[in-house]
Amino acid sequence: MSPREIFALRDHLGAELKGRTISDAHDVVSLTDILSHTVLGGRLRELSGRAVLLKLSDQLRSGLVMIELDGIARRMLLCPPDLNPAHLDALIADAGIDAVVTDEPDRWADTCVPLVVVARLPLQAIAPAKSERATEWLMLTSGTSGVPKIVGHTLEALTGAIVAEGPARGQAPVWATFYDIRRYGGLQIFLRAVLSGGSMVLSDPHESLADHVARLKARGVSHISGTPSHWRKLLMSGSAAQFAPAYVRLSGEIADQAVLDGLKAAFPNASVGHAYASTEAGVGFAVNDGLEGFPADYLGNRNGVEMKVTDGSLRIRSARTAHAYVGRNAAALTDADGFVDSGDIVELRGDRYYFVGRRGGIINIGGLKVHPEEIEAVINRHPDVRMSRAKSRRSPITGGIVVADVILTEGTDQARAKEIRDEILKHCRAQLASHKVPAVIRFVEALDVTPAGKLARTDA
Amino acid sequence: MSVRSKVIEAIQQIAKEQNVTLPELSDDLSLHETGFDSLAFAILVARLEDEIGVDPFTISEDAAFPATVGDFVRAYANVPA
Repeated sequence: MSPREIFALRDHLGAELKGRTISDAHDVVSLTDILSHTVLGGRLRELSGRAVLLKLSDQLRSGLVMIELDGIARRMLLCPPDLNPAHLDALIADAGIDAVVTDEPDRWADTCVPLVVVARLPLQAIAPAKSERATEWLMLTSGTSGVPKIVGHTLEALTGAIVAEGPARGQAPVWATFYDIRRYGGLQIFLRAVLSGGSMVLSDPHESLADHVARLKARGVSHISGTPSHWRKLLMSGSAAQFAPAYVRLSGEIADQAVLDGLKAAFPNASVGHAYASTEAGVGFAVNDGLEGFPADYLGNRNGVEMKVTDGSLRIRSARTAHAYVGRNAAALTDADGFVDSGDIVELRGDRYYFVGRRGGIINIGGLKVHPEEIEAVINRHPDVRMSRAKSRRSPITGGIVVADVILTEGTDQARAKEIRDEILKHCRAQLASHKVPAVIRFVEALDVTPAGKLARTDA
Repeated sequence: MSVRSKVIEAIQQIAKEQNVTLPELSDDLSLHETGFDSLAFAILVARLEDEIGVDPFTISEDAAFPATVGDFVRAYANVPA
């Protein structure tokens, strides 16, 4: 392949825009002259054509390595921070890894990986490298059990939605995300920052939410994304005051009307949009009308993304989907026609489709199938509720019943708990089949959120 | 509050929620005559487990589900909470 045909991440980083940075809680790195600097100690050449594992303890160096390595390595596998170390050997074998970029070289001294390169700050000056090949980007699925699947993408697929939207109008955005950039949702934001001429403010797992928001404000963040669970936590924390982003984006979980309305109230001058994307299916679409679900006419072929509903679940075919699962026993990622089954169940009501839950997340209530998300959506509509989780509990009478844990809006008078419980049950009875109405509602202070930013559903 | 009054109160609360009109809850009233369906009983057992701390129908392997209101109350009264 001729180098001229390659358009790697570095080729999006012209020197024309000054003052661009990527930063975390500790460091600020200028993107303006990034191409004449190395985070790899000048050892990029050794990684040419290799299958490289990115195993770093922070996002900042990970992002800088991605910029340097794309177009040079044959493939790079991004390891999210919560990866179970016990799965590493299987992933290394499946991805054919023959080099690792790390900040803990001692850990790799006696392993089968032949080349260990250390990533370190501060950057060192170096002659700019030229893109040589289209690097394969490997990401891991965020499933809860077993070895995660390796999902293969190209930069072109990963950036399809960003390129389609075109450059941001007006002032260059300062992007931030509650996600880790080694997850699909976070990587999208990192790539947006690189491609759109803006800056990027990274999250830090060891930082309190209040400190994080203070940093977002101080760095002038204008565009920010997270899961509905991330956003509900922010709304609950009371830290949202005085933070005034221009664009608030939700993805990764169902954005119900309650969280959309909550964000609109908290950020009255922001546009609030929810995006549909997954590691496998890529970015499907964004919804910016402030309503949950999506217009029915999004089905069919729209901006190069084809969508259909088969057996209740959303299926997507586009140039933005991943191209394959990678590994010895990898399953097919698409059906024979090239559609990815998202596993997300949708329901048509009027002229709009609504997400009702994950196919794999169904709970069994006395032999009847129930999506916990559809119960949560009804509970969350109560004005005093911030967040909820429905789950099954075994019953000696019916086998299973629905119970719900509910977090009340900050400042709610605990003396009203019984009244609120009765109101929630009344709403549920009016809007749900009787077996879906929670038998027991518990008020709790917190609900577990996974490292990937999703409500933890251990029983699903 | 006695176990008996906790059980009776929970039955009355669920009847109200489910729009069930209860007859007078005497000990020899059969559970069938309360108008509760299996879902209502499942809710009752779950709430009493949270309130009293036991589920006598899961703990005991040989427990037959009671036939009358009196049997039902005794199932809770006989389990050490």
